[in-house]
Amino acid sequence: MADLNIIEAVNLALKSEMARDENVLVLGEDIGRNGGVFRATVGLLDAYGPERVIDMPLAENLIAAMAIGLSTQGLRPVAEIQFSGFLYPCLDQIANHAARYRNRTRGRITCPLVIRAPNGGGIHAPEHHSESMETFFAHMPGLRVIAPSNPARAYGLLLAAIRDPDPVIFLEPTRCYRLFKQAVEDSGEALPLDTAFVEREGTHLTLVSWGAMMHETRLAADALAQEGVSCELIDVASLKPLDMDTILASVTKTGRCVIVQEAPRAYGPASEIAANLAEHGLLSLFAPVLRVSGYDTVMPLARLEKVYLPDVRRIVAEVRKLLELAPVG
Amino acid sequence: MSETSPSAETTVAAFDVRMTRFVDAAGTVLAPLPAFAQDPEELRRMYRVMVETRAIDRKAVALQRTGQLGTYASCLGQEAIGTATGIAMHADDVLIPAYRDYAAQFLRGVPAESTFLYWAGDERSMHFPEGTPSRHDFPFSVPIGTHIPQAIGVAYAFRLRKQPRVAVAACGDGATSRGDFYEAVSSAKVWNLPVVFLISNNQWAISLPRARQTGAQTLAQKAIAGGIPGEQVDGNDVIATRHVLERALAAARAGEGPRVIEAVTYRLHDHTTADDARRYRAEDELEDAWTRCPIKRLRACMATLGCWSVADEEELEAQAAARAEAVAQAYFAVQPEMPQAIFDSLYATLPTALGAQRAEVMTAPAPQTEH
Repeated sequence: MADLNIIEAVNLALKSEMARDENVLVLGEDIGRNGGVFRATVGLLDAYGPERVIDMPLAENLIAAMAIGLSTQGLRPVAEIQFSGFLYPCLDQIANHAARYRNRTRGRITCPLVIRAPNGGGIHAPEHHSESMETFFAHMPGLRVIAPSNPARAYGLLLAAIRDPDPVIFLEPTRCYRLFKQAVEDSGEALPLDTAFVEREGTHLTLVSWGAMMHETRLAADALAQEGVSCELIDVASLKPLDMDTILASVTKTGRCVIVQEAPRAYGPASEIAANLAEHGLLSLFAPVLRVSGYDTVMPLARLEKVYLPDVRRIVAEVRKLLELAPVG
Repeated sequence: MSETSPSAETTVAAFDVRMTRFVDAAGTVLAPLPAFAQDPEELRRMYRVMVETRAIDRKAVALQRTGQLGTYASCLGQEAIGTATGIAMHADDVLIPAYRDYAAQFLRGVPAESTFLYWAGDERSMHFPEGTPSRHDFPFSVPIGTHIPQAIGVAYAFRLRKQPRVAVAACGDGATSRGDFYEAVSSAKVWNLPVVFLISNNQWAISLPRARQTGAQTLAQKAIAGGIPGEQVDGNDVIATRHVLERALAAARAGEGPRVIEAVTYRLHDHTTADDARRYRAEDELEDAWTRCPIKRLRACMATLGCWSVADEEELEAQAAARAEAVAQAYFAVQPEMPQAIFDSLYATLPTALGAQRAEVMTAPAPQTEH
C-alpha cells in the first residue's frame, strides 16, 4: 500500500485496469510521451504502447466522438479532456449520442466509455481552465457523473467507471490533485458508483459536498468542531444518479443541512439536493437548507478567483447563520 | 537568369479531383462497364432494389400525407447511392448512415417497416434484427454530421483488432460544412483507418443550395486537406457509384486507408414532408433534375443492352407496389411500447434513484402513447 495523491491514484487506476483488461485504452491530448498536462497518464505509453495510449489531434469533439465509436465496438475507452472548459465542444457528442445510443437502439448499441477531466478552479490557471461542469452533465439522462474527492475514491471510482456499461463523466478535483496523500492499495476493487459516502459522523448538522469542495468542507467541519459543533460530513461522489437515501438519513438525524458546491449556484446539484430535502425531509428539518456555492458569474480569472470560490470562511459563516436560525440543544 | 527572376515561391503540392461515370442520363454506356455490370442479372438486381426502395419511399410519403406517419425524409432521386452502398459493403462492415440511405439499410437487413416505425416515433425501429448485417450498424443520426467522427473510433477498433472490416460514414452535402466532418477527414489518415466517407451531394440542405454551402469547387476535394484521396462519382449512375465504392472499400480493407467519395445526385423531393421546396427552389431546376433520375437511367441502359422488357417493368412495378403495401401493413400491426420503456433502456441497470419515476409512469391512468 502506497501513499498517493489524487493524480497518482488516477494514474494507478488507469495502469491497473489497462493491465487487467486489454479492451481498456486511453486517448486525449498530450497523454502519450508527455504523460498528460497533469501527468495522469505517465508511464502508460511505455507500458501499453501507442495503439492503446492514443495521442489525439487537437479536437475535443473528435475525442468524444472517437471514444463513442470505440465503445460501440466493445472497447473501454477512457478519454482525457485537458481542462474543464474544453469539455464544451464535447457536449453535443455526449448529450446527443453517448447518452442516447443505448436507449434509442433499445440496448443494441452501448457506450461503455469514461470521459475524465479536471474540474474547477483554484490553481491560478488561464481563462477557460477552471470551470465547474457537473451541472451540465448531471442534467443529461443516460449518463453517470462522478466527482471523487480523495485518492482512495479516485482510484476505486475510476475502476468502477471504466467497468460500468454506460457512459461516465469523471470530474477530478483540479486543485486537490496534489494537495494531500492517502494510503491507496492497488486492490483492483471498485467502489460503488451510485453511493454517497458518510465521511465523518456528527449530530448537529449535515455538511454535504463533493469534489474539490470536500476539502474546504472538511476543514470547515474541523474548525466548527473546535467550537463544539458536531458536523456529519457527506461526500456525494456520485452526482448522477444521486444517492438521496444517504443524505436523507443523515438529515433526518441532524435536522440541519448545508450544501457546498463550487459550481455556480442556479440549477446546480446543491439545488437538486435541497429540493429533494424539501420534498422528502421537510418534517425533519429545524431550519431551511442552505447552500454555499460559486456565484452566478463567469468564472473569474486568477486574480479574483478566490472571490468566487467557496472557502472555509464562507462555509463556517453559513453554518453559524443556520445555527442562529435553529440553535443546537 | 531569365528576364523574370525565379520566384522564391514553388509549388509544393498539386491535386486533381476525378469524376467517374459509366452511363449518362440518357442511359448511354460511355465506357467499358466494370465486370459486375456485364452480368445482366446484377443490373436487374440493382434496378429492382431501386424501384422497390422508391415504392416504399412513396408509400411512406403517402402515409404521412394521410396522417398515418410522422414527418418523413424522402430518398426520392437518391436510390442509386443507397443501393450501391448496400451491395458494395461486406456483411461485417459497419454502416454509419445518414437519413436517405434507406436502400443501403434495407439491403443490410433493416426491415422497411422499421423505417416507417422510426418516423412514427418508436425507438424499437433502431433495434436492428439479429442475424443480419445491420445488427452492427448505427441508426442514422438526425443531428447533421455528428456521427461522422464516431466512424473514426469504429474504424480504429477494426485496425486495433486487425479485422478486415470497413466503416462507412455517410452524410449529405450540408454535413460537409460541419467541424465534425473536417475533424474526421483530417484525422483518419493519422492512423490509416479503414473508413470510407460517403457524401450524398443532393444539392440542397433544406433551402440552402450547394453553391451557398461552400466556395469549394467540389466536396470531394475536402479530402485532400486531410491527406486522403477524394473523388466524385455520378451518384445517379448506380454502376459508377457501386464501382467507386467497391474500389474504396477494397482499398480500405487492404490497409490502404481512408477515402472520401462525393456522389453527385439530386433531392427530387422536399427536404422532408414538413418542407415545401417550392418556396426556395425553381420548378425548372427540378424538372431538369428528373431527366437525370437514376432509375430511368438504368432502365434505359438495360433496354439498350437488351436485358429489360416492358413485361419485366410491369411485373416489377406490381411486385414493388405489393411489397410497399406489405410493409405498410407490417408497420400498422406493431403495437405501441409500454410506457415504462422510456426507462428500461436508459442504463444497463436502472439506477435506484429512478425507480420512483418509473413506478409513477406505470401507475399513471390513461394510456400516454400514440399509435
